[in-house]
Amino acid sequence: MTNPVATPAVGSLIVNKSFPRITRTTLALYAGASGDHNPMHIDIDFAKKAGFPDVFAQGMLVMAMLGQALTDVVRPDRLRSLSTRFVAITQLGAKIRCEGTVAELLEVDGEKRARLALTAKDEAGDVKLSGEAVVAL
Amino acid sequence: MVDPSAIGHSFTLTHARVESGRLRYFFNTLGETKPIYRDPAAAKAAGFAGTPIPPTYLFCLEMMDTDNPFEMLEALDIDLRRVLHGEQKFIYHAPVVVGDELTLQSTVTGVTQKKGGAMTLIDVTTRIVNQRGAHVADAIRVVVVRNQEIAS
Repeated sequence: MTNPVATPAVGSLIVNKSFPRITRTTLALYAGASGDHNPMHIDIDFAKKAGFPDVFAQGMLVMAMLGQALTDVVRPDRLRSLSTRFVAITQLGAKIRCEGTVAELLEVDGEKRARLALTAKDEAGDVKLSGEAVVAL
Repeated sequence: MVDPSAIGHSFTLTHARVESGRLRYFFNTLGETKPIYRDPAAAKAAGFAGTPIPPTYLFCLEMMDTDNPFEMLEALDIDLRRVLHGEQKFIYHAPVVVGDELTLQSTVTGVTQKKGGAMTLIDVTTRIVNQRGAHVADAIRVVVVRNQEIAS
């Protein structure tokens, strides 16, 4: 694996990955694979009782996509932190694109690091997750 | 409504083993194909101490290996239908690799009322320690409770 953030420029887009459309199958498989058995994401009857028109994606499913896109370009052992806000509900059928740009170069305890600004958007460009990662260079 | 008296409440310790079979299910679900995750020999060749785990997987381990994934909701008397995941953060102190045996301790570290009490934000911090006693990570989640009436 190469490490394109070895000499990053602030403002450069280094994470950029699209994922397949989220289906009901995706949600069911993610419930099993993640241990998140919250029925809100797999049981339409439950979602309706909670006031939603349908099930919707687990936030952590989309964050896992962000994590995958990030570690396509950064070794997992170089990751110092990863955080997101779940800005809006990710609907069934969404096609998620994950992007990350270099926001800042910094040094912590003698280690050179970069702070990356991250987003996960659907195909309409609506932001679903907004966050950041700090990676060691 | 959950109030600040919940701060400091700790939940039952969870012991979780990082297993390659369960990870494969996660990777297949996410379409993750990188050899460093799927092939121990590739991870070793790339210089990893062991086969690494993906960045958000620590969250999954606690939910998979707890005896009661809804313990927090029951302890704080929260209706699952009112709950949304507001924020999630991971701070990584040391690598976690396949085969590790982790201990996860979650504690309520914050309670904030928002929008005049329409929403309550609950911060839960999970301290994660490995089999050698090393503090490998912290996971911090913000749980949003919608306090308004919902039809039932």
